[in-house]
Amino acid sequence: MSAAVPGQTVGPFFHLGLEYPQMNELVPPAHPRAVRLHGRVTDGAGAPVPDAVIEIWQADRRGHVVRQPGSLRRDGWTFTGWGRAATDPDGNYQFATVEPGATEPGRAPFFAVTVFARGLLDRLFTRAYLPDDAAALAADPLLSAVGAQRRGTLITRRADRGLVFDIRLQGPDETVFLTYPRLRDAWA
Amino acid sequence: MNTQADIDQEIAAAAQQPGGPQPRIDYPPYRSSVLRHPKQPLQLIDPESVELWAPAFGHRDVADDEADLTIQHAGTPLGERIVVTGRVLDGDGRPVAHQLVEVWQANAAGRYRHQRDQHPAPHDPNFTGVGRCLTDADGNYRFQTIKPGPYPWRNHLNAWRPAHIHFSIFGTDFTQRLVTQMYFPGDPLFRYDPIYQSITDPKSRDLLIAQYDHDLTTPEWNTGYRWDIVLTGSHRTPLDTEDDNA
Repeated sequence: MSAAVPGQTVGPFFHLGLEYPQMNELVPPAHPRAVRLHGRVTDGAGAPVPDAVIEIWQADRRGHVVRQPGSLRRDGWTFTGWGRAATDPDGNYQFATVEPGATEPGRAPFFAVTVFARGLLDRLFTRAYLPDDAAALAADPLLSAVGAQRRGTLITRRADRGLVFDIRLQGPDETVFLTYPRLRDAWA
Repeated sequence: MNTQADIDQEIAAAAQQPGGPQPRIDYPPYRSSVLRHPKQPLQLIDPESVELWAPAFGHRDVADDEADLTIQHAGTPLGERIVVTGRVLDGDGRPVAHQLVEVWQANAAGRYRHQRDQHPAPHDPNFTGVGRCLTDADGNYRFQTIKPGPYPWRNHLNAWRPAHIHFSIFGTDFTQRLVTQMYFPGDPLFRYDPIYQSITDPKSRDLLIAQYDHDLTTPEWNTGYRWDIVLTGSHRTPLDTEDDNA
């Protein structure tokens, strides 16, 4: 196995290379099933992070992992499952999307989330679960592995005409961030 | 404000502790990292469903000429014309085929085309510094561009970044998502830069440095650099691997 190249911060000028029109619209906001997934990114002092990039990757509403191109040049019809948002000066981000379905019966549906920011030397992974199916959430392997006190940081709540998922990079209610078996040795 | 000498001492102290292959996200010499890294251990979990796949991109998303950063304006950009090419591979040596690579960079004078970059180096009206391409079936990517200049930043007094190109890369799994920076060989600023030095293992640090390749250098036109990008291993079993969009 070859050694993986290290990550580096996305820096302050990512807008130049990473932004493009409709990057945060997985479906048009006027779509009848559109939901607003939004939240605020904050640092260890509770201050907003105005220069973060959030990416989401999700199943469609029937739980299928779609394999469609078109995330960079959206045609308004094709659901590609992937989107990118930059935070605004108050640290807020938002997506127009549809709610993901369970990929297998009984599983808790979630958005896979990646976080990049100036000041963050490598990307972070997390999940944003839908809040509704209590039985599926109770049975979920990740949520079961996380202490009850921190579990809530992984679950969206319904408010403000959408799903709210705040991301706290540090602090007393720090979001639970993930690593996977083939990444576990990647960090000092 | 801290001086370069203060930062040098902190970099030297951090280098005394053995480091892993990735940057230390808790790396105080990079001042902006202090309040922006998680302090709780990362939660280890097996990837499932969407995490075992990466988003798909195709020729609908990226036009061939977006890989040439020197033809985006009416005139010719200033600076050293270079080719940067290499392969994107996963940790098991498999090519990452037909996947998106995005780059952005400063111009030859060390200035970004960005409102918040106030470094008083000249803008180049013929250079934006943004490119995209898709890897080919063997995982190759290739950009034509201009060698970026080093530039000052405000981490501490007399802070200068080594010349670099930002890279955004997807693998075959969502878990392989990576944003990093490619550097140029022999840069005298490496030892002073807390972002580069946040990777405290010297061998891992070297993986971010492109190699000069005279075979990529073409007469009367450009110099050439080669940089292979190895992502982590895929979590999918080899049987799951398919040639997306082929």
